Amino acid sequence: MSAKVGYRKERLDRGIKARTDDIFAISTYREILYLILPRVFVIAGLLIFPLLGDFTGVYWQNVIVITCTIALLALSWDLLHSVGLVSLGQAVFFGVGAYITGFLAQQFGLPPLVTIPLATVFGALVCTMLLYPVLRLRGVYFGLITFALPLLFMRIIETTKVLGGTEGMSGLPALPSIAISLYIIITITLVCVFGFQRLFETDYGLVLKAIKDNDRSVIAAGFNISWFKAQAVFIAALPATFAGAFLTHHYQFVGIPAFATDYSILPLASAIVGGPGSFFGAMLGAFLLVPLSELLRDLGTLRIVIYSVILLIFVVGLPEGLYPYLRRKYFQFERVVSMELEEGGK
Amino acid sequence: MSKETILEVRNLSKNFGGVKAVSEVSFQLKRGEALGVMGPNGCGKSTLINLITGFIKPSSGQVFYQGKDITGIAPHKAVNLGIARSFQMAKPFYNIPVYKNLIIPLFSPRVRKLVGGKFGDRDEAAIHLLEDVGFERDSSIPYKAAGSLPHGYVKRLELARCLSLEPDLIILDELFSGMSMSEVASILPFLERLRDEGKTLIMVEHRLKELFRVVDKVVVLNFGKKIAEGLPEEVVQNEEVRKSYLGSEVDSSA
Amino acid sequence: MEASVLIFGLVNSATLMLVALGFSLIFGLSGVANLAHGGIYLFSGYVTWMLMNYLGVPFLLAVPLTIIIAGVLGALIYWVALKRVRGLHLSEVIATFAVGVAILELFRWMGFVTYEFTLPVFIKGSVDIAGVSIDYQRLLIIGIGLLLAFALWVFSRYTKMGLALRGMAQDEYTALSIGIDSDWAAALSMALGSAIAAIAAISILPLGIISINMGYEVLIMALAVSVVGGLESITGLVVASIILGFAKTITGTYFDPKWMEVIYLFALVLVLAIKPSGLFGKFKELEERV
Repeated sequence: MSAKVGYRKERLDRGIKARTDDIFAISTYREILYLILPRVFVIAGLLIFPLLGDFTGVYWQNVIVITCTIALLALSWDLLHSVGLVSLGQAVFFGVGAYITGFLAQQFGLPPLVTIPLATVFGALVCTMLLYPVLRLRGVYFGLITFALPLLFMRIIETTKVLGGTEGMSGLPALPSIAISLYIIITITLVCVFGFQRLFETDYGLVLKAIKDNDRSVIAAGFNISWFKAQAVFIAALPATFAGAFLTHHYQFVGIPAFATDYSILPLASAIVGGPGSFFGAMLGAFLLVPLSELLRDLGTLRIVIYSVILLIFVVGLPEGLYPYLRRKYFQFERVVSMELEEGGK
Repeated sequence: MSKETILEVRNLSKNFGGVKAVSEVSFQLKRGEALGVMGPNGCGKSTLINLITGFIKPSSGQVFYQGKDITGIAPHKAVNLGIARSFQMAKPFYNIPVYKNLIIPLFSPRVRKLVGGKFGDRDEAAIHLLEDVGFERDSSIPYKAAGSLPHGYVKRLELARCLSLEPDLIILDELFSGMSMSEVASILPFLERLRDEGKTLIMVEHRLKELFRVVDKVVVLNFGKKIAEGLPEEVVQNEEVRKSYLGSEVDSSA
Repeated sequence: MEASVLIFGLVNSATLMLVALGFSLIFGLSGVANLAHGGIYLFSGYVTWMLMNYLGVPFLLAVPLTIIIAGVLGALIYWVALKRVRGLHLSEVIATFAVGVAILELFRWMGFVTYEFTLPVFIKGSVDIAGVSIDYQRLLIIGIGLLLAFALWVFSRYTKMGLALRGMAQDEYTALSIGIDSDWAAALSMALGSAIAAIAAISILPLGIISINMGYEVLIMALAVSVVGGLESITGLVVASIILGFAKTITGTYFDPKWMEVIYLFALVLVLAIKPSGLFGKFKELEERV
């Protein structure tokens, strides 16, 4: 039997990775740097950006505000997905937060500093209560109801003319300045990304993750999973209702567009493209797709078609998403090694 | 040791669209006893377990646990009262490392209450439990995602999950199914030890020889009805039991 | 007044049933919640319109052509979007959702939003029944709805193909082992469901103008009927259509027409809160609880 020599790619974990994915064995400063440098770049970049107003111009500052808004919605989606719930209507959370803040500001003349936190918490509560009945069910029900809710909210506001009807509510109090707005939303986004990441490393987060894997065994471990899912929905709703409340004051307007499909499909596409299950992925996805969508502004609703197609390509063809791919590349060597092939082998 | 009744099942029935999966089953179990539930395939063994643990609501009948009526209890509440069960089709949390699979029950309300506030190191407790059921301590297996576990280990993990809840009553639904002879042989002494330590056990099993080594008495089901109850040696002599197992040999040498 | 409520209640019920049939069929036969249903429905309406107005195809020929094209589209959606994520329910939902939104927004972008987009009725004119004037098209909708529901019931119960598909839905592995090709069966059910959506579109759209938002609305209607009736039960579908159809008509007649569309939300939330498996979803509930 004559041996032929073939080549194959071999993947090796870098030395700093030990045993499981989240335990690192660090021994030198270089390795520490290797671990934290990507985070430092992201945080520093985002914190410095608002200072560069003169270079970037108001337009791109606004783009970053919207990007962070979508990133927050995508983070919210990703948290829900981590518990096994697929939301097809992130716009519900966004719209509820937006309308509550608008209502509080217009009816009671409260400043944004008060209305935004109130709308965030109350909005999340309202959404959790709305969705609670579906949490008992497995499978597609959550997706169906989240899809239906924003459309029906739009319809109710249209027909009953409550909350400003089709006109919406305008002239709401503004945030002090664009730089402050930027700092607020960037900080919140970073807190959410790292906070969620940390949350899922705790034992509590482990239970949430386990519900997606096998809800039956979680019940058999003595957990009331409806209650846990409700908590997850509440936590997930917070960044999304905040995003709605924040953008309402940013635009000084709230109307039916707060429930528009854009706020459902863009976060969904961001999270899927970035890689579901890794909160950094959701953020990465938003920072890729939203600026892209600004560049394509002239295309009108064709943009939604494009997101849908991107979404489809990723969910069908590249379900892993970009972030886990990049992360793997970052933490692994690849090298070509030779191997002996037996006769008749491939 | 006090011999109070820990579990009593009274006339328990369940209909699935006209089919009587379990009908009028009654039995009692004293603390520290080990009960085997046997019967041919599809005789309602698993349904019975699901009825006791609250995963399915009974059509009629009652379940008493430590003197309390727990008929149709929410399954997570049954766990918190101290009833732990394994599943016939054991599925681990695939994407979670093996030892972290046990963090979930160790984090459960019951265990947190029993331990009282601080637990200390759940990771360490999890590794200990894995060792107990036969995982090798220094291998890398406990740190890998549970999705990659071979079947025998999945079953061990399932057993460890039950034990981690510090249960008063352990219900094992076909723990041995799909395990090889040697795997069963290696886990049997552990079950015997559990019994000798005075744990209350219910085992649903097909492998009678192994079952009889652990249990004190058995209940035999056929077509959802209880057809016999008693000591293992007596039950296998029972004519009706023999008939129900027609074709599959009842091993009386056990 | 009573007669009109009865007649228009029936019309509304039949409309709901027609709209929900395709969705329910696909869910029942292949377990896919086809969120592209609204997209396919509207696509069929526009295809008929385009066949007639761009290519000058006569209406009677455009109808069967559209039904076939919609069927092909359904099968295509299966092969492109669903085949690789089969069994991953969460991904299936996202994939069909993406397809549906893509179709609808593509038409919106192409400018299919003005008043010129209408489909002709089959037979013009109207008739008086018990003092209520009703046009033939609405009567036709009742007829087609009943006929289709009956045909599907027969199909899924008494034909070889229907039984094969149902077997697939119940136990994929067993079905595979007796030689039913899973992909073929699922693609076929998508095609059938889409063709039925096309029939619904061609019968219902002539009553008004075609608008994009109708695509979303149709999906909501289908969801409401399916959830209220209990996904995958034909009896449930018929009963739910009648309940919702009459609820809608009664609301419109005795209360305020503007609340008519909100009925669906109300019904959805109510059913999900009280009996989440739907009125006829008995077995589902068993499974869902565990």
